[in-house]
Amino acid sequence: MGVPLAGALAACGSSGPSSSTSSGSAAAAGSGASYWYLTGQPGEGIRKGAVDRFNAANASTQIAQTAFQNDAYKTKIKTALGAGQAPTIIWGWGGGGLKSWVDASQVEDLTSWFSSNSAVKDKLFPSSFGAATVGGKIYAMPCETVQPIVLYYNKSVFDKVGVQPPTSWDDIMALVPKFNAQGIAPFSLGGQSRWTNMMWLEFLFDRIGGPEVFQAAFEGKKDAWSNPDAITALTKVQDLVKANGFIKGFSSITADSNADQALLYTGKAAMMLHGAWTYGSMKSDGGDFVKGGHLGWMNFPPVAGGKGDPTNTVGNPGQYLSISSKATAAEKETAKKFFTTGVLDSTEVKAWIDTGSIPIVKGADSNIGSSEDAEWLKFLYGVSSNAKVFAQSWDQALPPSAAETLLDNIAKLFQLSISPEQFATNLNAVTNS
Amino acid sequence: MTATSVGSAGPAPSRSAKSVHGRSLGWLAVPALVFFVAFGVIPLIGVLFLSFTTWDGIGEVVPSGLTSWKSVLSDPGLPHAMWVTFQVAALSWLFQTPMSILLGVFLAGAQKYRAFLAVLYFIPLLLSSAAIAITFKALLDPNFGIGTGLGLPFMSQDWLGEPKLALGVVVFVVSWQFIPFHSLIYQGAVRQIPTSMYEAAQIDGAGRMRQFFSITLPQLKNTIITSSTLMVVGSLTFFDLIYVLTAGGPADATRVLALDMYKRGFQANLMGPASAIGVILVLVGLLLALLFRRLGGGDQTASQLEGA
Repeated sequence: MGVPLAGALAACGSSGPSSSTSSGSAAAAGSGASYWYLTGQPGEGIRKGAVDRFNAANASTQIAQTAFQNDAYKTKIKTALGAGQAPTIIWGWGGGGLKSWVDASQVEDLTSWFSSNSAVKDKLFPSSFGAATVGGKIYAMPCETVQPIVLYYNKSVFDKVGVQPPTSWDDIMALVPKFNAQGIAPFSLGGQSRWTNMMWLEFLFDRIGGPEVFQAAFEGKKDAWSNPDAITALTKVQDLVKANGFIKGFSSITADSNADQALLYTGKAAMMLHGAWTYGSMKSDGGDFVKGGHLGWMNFPPVAGGKGDPTNTVGNPGQYLSISSKATAAEKETAKKFFTTGVLDSTEVKAWIDTGSIPIVKGADSNIGSSEDAEWLKFLYGVSSNAKVFAQSWDQALPPSAAETLLDNIAKLFQLSISPEQFATNLNAVTNS
Repeated sequence: MTATSVGSAGPAPSRSAKSVHGRSLGWLAVPALVFFVAFGVIPLIGVLFLSFTTWDGIGEVVPSGLTSWKSVLSDPGLPHAMWVTFQVAALSWLFQTPMSILLGVFLAGAQKYRAFLAVLYFIPLLLSSAAIAITFKALLDPNFGIGTGLGLPFMSQDWLGEPKLALGVVVFVVSWQFIPFHSLIYQGAVRQIPTSMYEAAQIDGAGRMRQFFSITLPQLKNTIITSSTLMVVGSLTFFDLIYVLTAGGPADATRVLALDMYKRGFQANLMGPASAIGVILVLVGLLLALLFRRLGGGDQTASQLEGA
């Protein structure tokens, strides 16, 4: 029963790569492994390149690769894990999602492997291991790049209106009417995606109450969301919405379509809070915007009287590769070999830097000098390595069911259809343990 | 109407159908039955079973009695999702039925230009829901959409960001997609109406309007019931279009039951409650289908053709 199902599932994946999958499993009589990851350039090409180099160097231990679009992948990997048909190497975001795989005993415990292969571990940013760790054990190999959330601004628009970039939350609130008076939206926001709104709360929570506020909620402390600092943060974000701080129609704009970035580089919006990954797409889609030096950036400014350290940041401290516990011993060996020699080899490190990202490898900044994005990369490396706390995005950190409630309520908060207190009550109900 | 040949061909197939009924040809239904059981009944039983369990989609399926049902039924999101689903079903029925009947009657005429127009009208039917949703989303974008493109300020509404407007847009796009299909049904039904009826009415001095209301509409009764069943029961399962267009937003203004089910099951990993909603959907759908059959007077097989 299992075998025909496996064939059917592989065929469903996509007609193209299925041939390579089957040839991979034919070779798997020996020790082939399979690897699923995300589509989307430039990442897809870099991921594929790493596997191709590994396959070229290891004729006997091939890795069959299949790429999926982001949202489709999230559903597909879940179904595949549930059906026992997961690939050997599973690409993921760590945190709460990884925990749900661990709880279902679907992924390998890599703690002892990392302690006997400390060279692999020591090569990577220590901060990247937090989201790979569940209950004190490491279940994933951090990979790819560090992606803090950054406050971007359009320098040309600031010059036109004759104002300076904000250095505090009060500055932000003072800038809002000035931009609105000129018919420019102060902030671009792809609100339909919901996690885009969440980034605002992540920073306001941190700047006002410090990282402890969300940590308490994450750990399931009773009524953690009703913390006065949390209520202040929730109120402040609603103040910004009421002051028309966000572009008209933000709740129907999606981040997937990059429309929020387009608003910034076309000058319809002055500022945007977004992930470091948008630098690359604004560079490729925004014409002269990035190359002409019109894009400005900064870490989120402090809030007066707040307890959080302004060097703190949030975002994705890395991406993660886990090994399926259902894989054969030979497949697991191949995966580990790939982790040691294939993942973040010097070619991959250079490729990420060329796209304007910082790979999570210590000393990656030594490659920056020659890059045309040197100024951006230095900033990015500085923010990532100097942050007192690099918090993981809330929706990745929380278990999926709590994350969904969180995102739903954030959408309602930005729609002004619930009050900060109702938000706190709704969230307490799912995170209280 | 010059559909005499079509009209007179009507009774012939029904006579041959009767003779087929005489012999036992039940085995002809076997392939359909096999598929229905495999892809309809068995998954349904599975969903019913899952609604009494707790499962995150990956780990063990743990029987948990009524936990899922309690969490679904006590959630204020459920009446809201049902209300939104009802609104979508009712509004799209109200919008689609008159439009489809009018278009269907119009297209039933044999004029050449109508055949040409018919081809144009059916284009939406050829497009996938996802493609339609993406297109409308781009057209209705408040900042880069058709309003900005054509310089029409009244088109630059926040179409998908205001709860009431968003619901209206969903109903409009759903109707835009399905009116061609229902027009096609009505077109066929109108062509089945015997021309002799219209000839008799003309002799009695009935005008075009009178003919439409006294002959066409009553003769379409069963077709209206069929098409309404398809519309209303179909609108219970609208998912793809709404998912791409608004993802249930803004906030949860367009969060219909089917979307609610998907979000609980595949985004929140709560397969138990999602299955409970699935069961509710099936029950509501069956009830509605039954209701529409009753509306038809029960005897669906009674012919309204002449001589019956």
